[in-house]
This record gives sequence, C-alpha cells and structure tokens, in this order.
Amino acid sequence: MSGFDFDVIQRSWGYLFREGMSFTLTLTALAMAGGIVFGTLLAMMRLSSMRPVSLLAGAYVNLMRSIPLVLVIFWFFFLVPYIGAWVIGAKDPIKVGAFWSAAITFTMFEAAYYCEIMRAGIQSIPRGQVWSGYALGLDYWQTMARIVLPQAFRNMLPVLLTQTIILFQDTSLVYVISATDFLGAAAKVANRDYRLVEMYSFVAVVYFVVSYGLSTLVRRLQERIAIIK
Amino acid sequence: MNYNWHWTVLLEAEPGGTGSYLHYLVVGLGWTLATALAAWMIALVIGSLVGTLRTTPMKWVVRAGNLYVEVFRNVPLIVQMFLWFFVFPEFLPTALGDWIKQMPPPWSSYVPAVLCLGIFTSVRVAEQVRAGINSLPRGQRMAGIAMGLTETQTYRQVVLPQAFRIILPPLTSEFMNVIKNSSVALTIGLLELTGRARAMQEFSFRVFEAFTAATVIYLLTNLIVVVLMRALEKKVRVPGLIAAAGAPQAGH
Repeated sequence: MSGFDFDVIQRSWGYLFREGMSFTLTLTALAMAGGIVFGTLLAMMRLSSMRPVSLLAGAYVNLMRSIPLVLVIFWFFFLVPYIGAWVIGAKDPIKVGAFWSAAITFTMFEAAYYCEIMRAGIQSIPRGQVWSGYALGLDYWQTMARIVLPQAFRNMLPVLLTQTIILFQDTSLVYVISATDFLGAAAKVANRDYRLVEMYSFVAVVYFVVSYGLSTLVRRLQERIAIIK
Repeated sequence: MNYNWHWTVLLEAEPGGTGSYLHYLVVGLGWTLATALAAWMIALVIGSLVGTLRTTPMKWVVRAGNLYVEVFRNVPLIVQMFLWFFVFPEFLPTALGDWIKQMPPPWSSYVPAVLCLGIFTSVRVAEQVRAGINSLPRGQRMAGIAMGLTETQTYRQVVLPQAFRIILPPLTSEFMNVIKNSSVALTIGLLELTGRARAMQEFSFRVFEAFTAATVIYLLTNLIVVVLMRALEKKVRVPGLIAAAGAPQAGH
C-alpha cells in the first residue's frame, strides 16, 4: 500500500466534479426527462389499437433492448451527424459534440426501457377509468393526460426512479466515445499522473455513495406509497 | 441521407490477415459467447448461493448477503471492469498480480472480464432467486418441516425446485443481459463482437456496414437464446404449477 498517492484526488477534485460530475448529472437529467416523455409516447403507441403504430413502437423497443448499450452509443455517435445533416438539409454530415451525441443516444435508448415501465403502468389502470373518461365526453388525449397517465406515473414512480439510477450509472459508458463525464475525467487524470488504482477506486466509491443513497430514498418512497395504497 | 452503402466490404480481407471481415466479426461473437457463458456459470453458482442464504433466518448471513448485493449493484459495470483489470492485481501478492498482468493478450482481458461480469450478474441472479423463494407460499416450507425434513432438505427438495421454475423467465433475460453486457469488456481490450465492429469501422471506414452487421448478429443470437430457453421452460414445466407473471423491472 506504500506506493499509493491518494493526494491525486485532492489535486484533481475541482476538475473531477466541476467538469466530470456536472457532465454526468446534466446528461442523466436530460436523458431522464427526454426518455420519460418519449418512452410514455412509445408506450401509448404500443398500446394503440392501430396495428401498424403498435407494431412500429414494438419493433423499436425490442431492437433497442436486444443490442448492447455500447453498440447503441457507437451507432448514434456516427449516425447523429448524418441525421442532423438530413434535418437541416446540409450536404455533408454535421459536427455534433460528444455531449449532444450522448444526450440523444441515452434519450433514445432509455425511452425503450421507460416505455416498458410505462406500458405496465398504463395497463395497471382498470379499464373502467378509461371508459368513464370517454363517458364524460373526454377525448383520447384528455383521458390519457388527466386520468390514466397521472395514476400510471404514480404507480410506477419507484420503478421509474430505479431506472434513472441505472441510467446514472450507465452514462459512464460514454467513456467509449472519449467524453469527459465523471469516469472520463478521472481516467484522464489517472493516465496523466499514472494513478490508476487511486482514481478508479475513488470513482467506484463516489458512484457507490450516490447510487446507494438514491436507492435508499427510492425504497423509502416505495414504502410510503405502498401504505397509501 | 447521403451514405453510399458498400456491403461487399464484409467479404474483403481484414488487415490482421485472419480472413474476411465477416469471419472477423463471427470470431468476435465467439468471444462474446465465451465470455458470457463463463460469466453466467459464475453468476448462477454465486447468485443461487447468495440469494438462497438471504432467505434464511441467519441474521448475520443475510446482512453479509445484503452488503454483497448493494456493493456490486451500485457501482457502474465499466468501473467494476476497470477495478478488476487495473486495481485488483495490485492488491494481490506481487508474484500473482504480475502473473495476471502478464498473461498473453486475449486472456489478460478475458479473465478479468469474466470475473467482473460473473460477479456483476451474480447480484442480479441473487435478487431473482430471493424473489422466487419469497414468492412461494410459506406453507410449502412449513409442510416440508412438518414432514420431518431438515431445513436443508426442505430447501433442496421443496423450495428451490419450485423457485427456480418460477424465475426461469427472468433468468433468461438476465442471460441475455450478460451477452449484451460483455460488450463493456472492449474497454479493457477484449475484442468481442462490439469491439470488433468498432475495429472494423476504424480499418475499413465502413461505419454503418460494420455496426449493422454486428446488430444483426446480436439479434440472431437473442432469437436463438429465446427459442432455447422456451424449450427449456417447456421441458421442466410441472403441470399445475403456475409461473407468476413478472412485475415490471428496471434494467439495462
């Protein structure tokens, strides 16, 4: 143990948290918000009575869930510049930074997982709720927005939050496109100062503390919701 | 979109001289499966053990099990990969640590990758096993004890055979997760399927052909696993024992 130098953590503290952790947290927040919105739409599509719509959503969700996240990150890293060019009508692929590439990737990828959670949430609402919405003269969107989704969200809240903790951990995979998230920042310091053992141990401890803390909170929330039910 | 597809690249020779790119990717699938299967063995053994022990009345054993699960569940997989690859050998006796670090190329990444994925997945298997055991009616265990079986016999002959049948579907998805998660091993230099697709993209500049090929191979692999596991489920099914429908779970 004598050859270890844990001062490297103190020296790089500011860089690790200001650059790295803020990247990780911003990415997590954006992907969560985008993923839940898009995932809820996908869930509504999957439950749609229009066959082509539900098949399309199902195919998307199953595709995303059957290939590794690392491969999805690579896919979008190279695909987003082409899609961007197509959207704005440019001839050549546009430049997209690692952050926006990652934000789009995680939104699209997590949407598939949030979709499955929301689908179960929507299905857990008794059909009578929907019928009474229609009977009151509400249309599909009003019934969804005012009756079904608020209840579905509430029922699924603990699972949605657990998925977000997993998302927080999974954002560390942006390492493969050399983004400077918390792990990426630590890896850069580790390789510069040749302090791999110290930096990676520290990274593990920080991820553990944050994830464990959050999952304890989710568990408490779950107990409270369970009692109200 | 302006992208000129060039599918014949798959039949061109890869620069390493081992054959075509397609062959190169299929060998990658071999490494993916070799990693996933070895890790799955570790995960099943440790996961079943830890999961079962967490349902026993032994307090300190349950606490130790909980600690194990929380530690390996709350650290990202890629960080665990780095811990096994960079950090773990430093804490072993010098000779052993050096031996691990100096293993010839695929093995120096393969062994840490298998250990890492095995332990990481064992936690998830342990959670499933515990949930499966807890989902059984308490009367099953009581009936076992009432019939004069010991605690161990009750587990072996009454509780576990039922619990494993119940959790077969979630275990299938865990197995597919190991296959997918093995791609993280590319960060410690293991050239499995995703790693090889990435390498192919760098050698040939054919980005989307490489990734499409890898995606198709992953989809086919998943399909085969699903078919095999369905067959297994059918084979071990006990008439009258209804498998519980799984609650929605978070995953990745």
